[in-house]
Amino acid sequence: MSAANWRGAMNVQTPRPVAPGNPRAGAAHEPRARRFTNPIRPRHVVVLAFLLGYPWFATPFFTFQIAAQALALGLIALSLTFLGGSGGMISLAQMTVAGIAGYMVAIFGSAAADNPSLGWPWWLAVLLGIAIAVVAATFIGWLSVRTEGIYTIMITLAIGVAFYYLALQNYAVFNGFQGKQQVFPPTLAGIYWRDPTPFYYLALACALAGYLFVVHLLRTPFGIALQGIRDNPRRMHALGFNVTAHRVAAYAVAGVIAAVGGVLFTWYNGLVTPGSVGTGWLINILVIAVLGGMRHPVGAFLGAIVFVLLQNFAIDVIDRERFNLVIGVVFLSIVLFSRDGLLGWWAALSARMLTHTGGTPWRAASGRSYVR
Amino acid sequence: MESRKRTFVRALVAAVVLTAAGGAALAQAPPVKIGLLATLEGPFAAGGQDGIRGAELAVRQRNGVVAGRKIEIIKASSDAKPDVAVNATRKLVEQDKVDIMVGPLSGSEGIAVKEYSKTQPNITFINGSSGAQATTLVNPSPNFFRFNTDGGQWMMGLGKAALDKGYKRVMVIAEDYAFPYSQVQGFMAEYCRLGGKVPVKAWVPLGGKDYSSVIARVPKDVDALVVVLGGADAVNFLNQYEQAGGDKPLIGGSITVSQDILNYRGKRRESLVGTIAGAPIADAYDTPEWKAFVADYKKNFPDGYPSPSLFALVYYFNMKATLDGLEAVKGDLSDGQKKYREALTKLVLKTPVGDVRLDQNRQAIGTTFITEVVKDAQGNLYNKVLRKLDNVNQTLGLPPAEFKIGSRDEPNCP
Repeated sequence: MSAANWRGAMNVQTPRPVAPGNPRAGAAHEPRARRFTNPIRPRHVVVLAFLLGYPWFATPFFTFQIAAQALALGLIALSLTFLGGSGGMISLAQMTVAGIAGYMVAIFGSAAADNPSLGWPWWLAVLLGIAIAVVAATFIGWLSVRTEGIYTIMITLAIGVAFYYLALQNYAVFNGFQGKQQVFPPTLAGIYWRDPTPFYYLALACALAGYLFVVHLLRTPFGIALQGIRDNPRRMHALGFNVTAHRVAAYAVAGVIAAVGGVLFTWYNGLVTPGSVGTGWLINILVIAVLGGMRHPVGAFLGAIVFVLLQNFAIDVIDRERFNLVIGVVFLSIVLFSRDGLLGWWAALSARMLTHTGGTPWRAASGRSYVR
Repeated sequence: MESRKRTFVRALVAAVVLTAAGGAALAQAPPVKIGLLATLEGPFAAGGQDGIRGAELAVRQRNGVVAGRKIEIIKASSDAKPDVAVNATRKLVEQDKVDIMVGPLSGSEGIAVKEYSKTQPNITFINGSSGAQATTLVNPSPNFFRFNTDGGQWMMGLGKAALDKGYKRVMVIAEDYAFPYSQVQGFMAEYCRLGGKVPVKAWVPLGGKDYSSVIARVPKDVDALVVVLGGADAVNFLNQYEQAGGDKPLIGGSITVSQDILNYRGKRRESLVGTIAGAPIADAYDTPEWKAFVADYKKNFPDGYPSPSLFALVYYFNMKATLDGLEAVKGDLSDGQKKYREALTKLVLKTPVGDVRLDQNRQAIGTTFITEVVKDAQGNLYNKVLRKLDNVNQTLGLPPAEFKIGSRDEPNCP
């Protein structure tokens, strides 16, 4: 399968219907100044207010187990949405990068008494964890960027599985099957950061920062070049861009996002074990990204919310012993009936509602963040 | 612009309505809500299902009513991973608002749920069938109760039985988490003290599928293998050991020769005959109470096993204790369940295999059986009782100061 075919199959290059009077390359024709500003719309304000006020009306359960978990997972999935949606590289090793960060925080910081850990201050452990994870992500990128499409998936899957077995079989550093237990965030300024509300705000701050960073990055020359490389690497090469370097840099950037998400997810679970970086989770991250849709960074978080809600509540819908069926059916129907996950549904829905009023379809308008 | 906003507002209203509807459905109801957590996925899926049968049996024996209050069971599933178990428990406690929590099934899960129980001081947590020593021995939680003996207690007396069989050197093959550590500790503490040798211990991941590297490490000069694997792992190991031509006799962990394993369809099954094991259950225990229990199980669950598995019995213990305690306080769970916990602490639980009491850590003191697998006339395998030990406590009869909790390296006698 050629790279172009593969991208077609992954729906990252879906041709979009364009509303009359809104040329396809509209964004590119806009004045430069307009493209680089981030217009704040009422919906942004409403969403932000909702997110900030959420713990005040949600139960601690919904704050911690649903929202905070979804934000942490969304951040990891965001790294894949960035790589896949704007770089055209589907890496299955994003959870591995996140897991490396989690493991490093446990190894350098503190874990349960019988786990080997160095007991350094938490901030040093977190910085080192993220740094080492980014080095690992860069290495993974360096190994895999020369491949395309399904070969990228295979090589990143191989790296992910290799790390899983390393963690599983190494006792001195990774503590084998048991992994690292009791890895908790610190108590700072009198606040224990694993309590539902503080942890939610911590996760929200990281998620917002990651989201805005990606949205901004896609409008910088680097982001635009990356999208150009996704669409036609040979032409970009002919124009003088260093395709390989751009792609490796994209892996490194995605590594930072995944590492922060990984630290949060480790703190959320209070542990990191080989199971956290096993094939199940490698694929879950892809599922989250595809569920949400890869056309816009917000898709990662939408996918994570649906994923977490399903994991928690599917068991209430159906016979307790068959609840995995619900999860599978919902995933399948989203992927089958929408070309681009939840974002695709949203676009179709708003397009249908707006054609009656003659407005501009959201999809075309929001495509501005991507230069096609 | 205007219409785009309208679309968004519509979606937002829908989301709020859905959330509100979800919240309203969770209003407090008069019946006693009991959360029931077992592994319905992963390597212990079959055991988890039977555990649920055992818990349901305890509820059915009371026709679902205790002291005039209806018992409502809300089930949840995990896959033997501690983080999944805590997520499922958190949902039952914080979202479904259960009054009492029963579970989980597996050792590491038990430790994690016990830690979580400290953050919910107004809910009473009662174990399911998890049997790690650390759950109640290290930093016990004031609202976590365990009415079953632990993995170490289940193996008491097996070291002596192994030496009696003439096994002087054995290799240990066990899963690498808290429950098998406890089981191996329970076996080796006695076995090493009486002069047995354990030259090799192989720790394998839970849910592992390939045992060839372990089988290759079995030394020629050992007399038997101590196999502490559960569920699908035990079946996989036994099949692969058979295919590799292994012929060492086996010493079983408590869940290695439980009913869910004994009745799998495999060739190696026959060679399980003669396997000795320690467990809180013995299929062929010959008392009227036990026979009545088995008959009741069979009547209620025609799709169950020929005889209840360890998980069914142990979940039955804990659910029965939950309900007996409720009966003792006439269904009164007020004042942060203070009276209820006092009643549980004092409870002497009548079980089909003898009485169970709690120690100061809210850990059971109870009966252990040393069993041997035999085949009955119909070809079913079952566990015959070799020896019965009563009042086994958590430190296996040692003073607490001398007792060392099991781990990968403890005990050690190569």
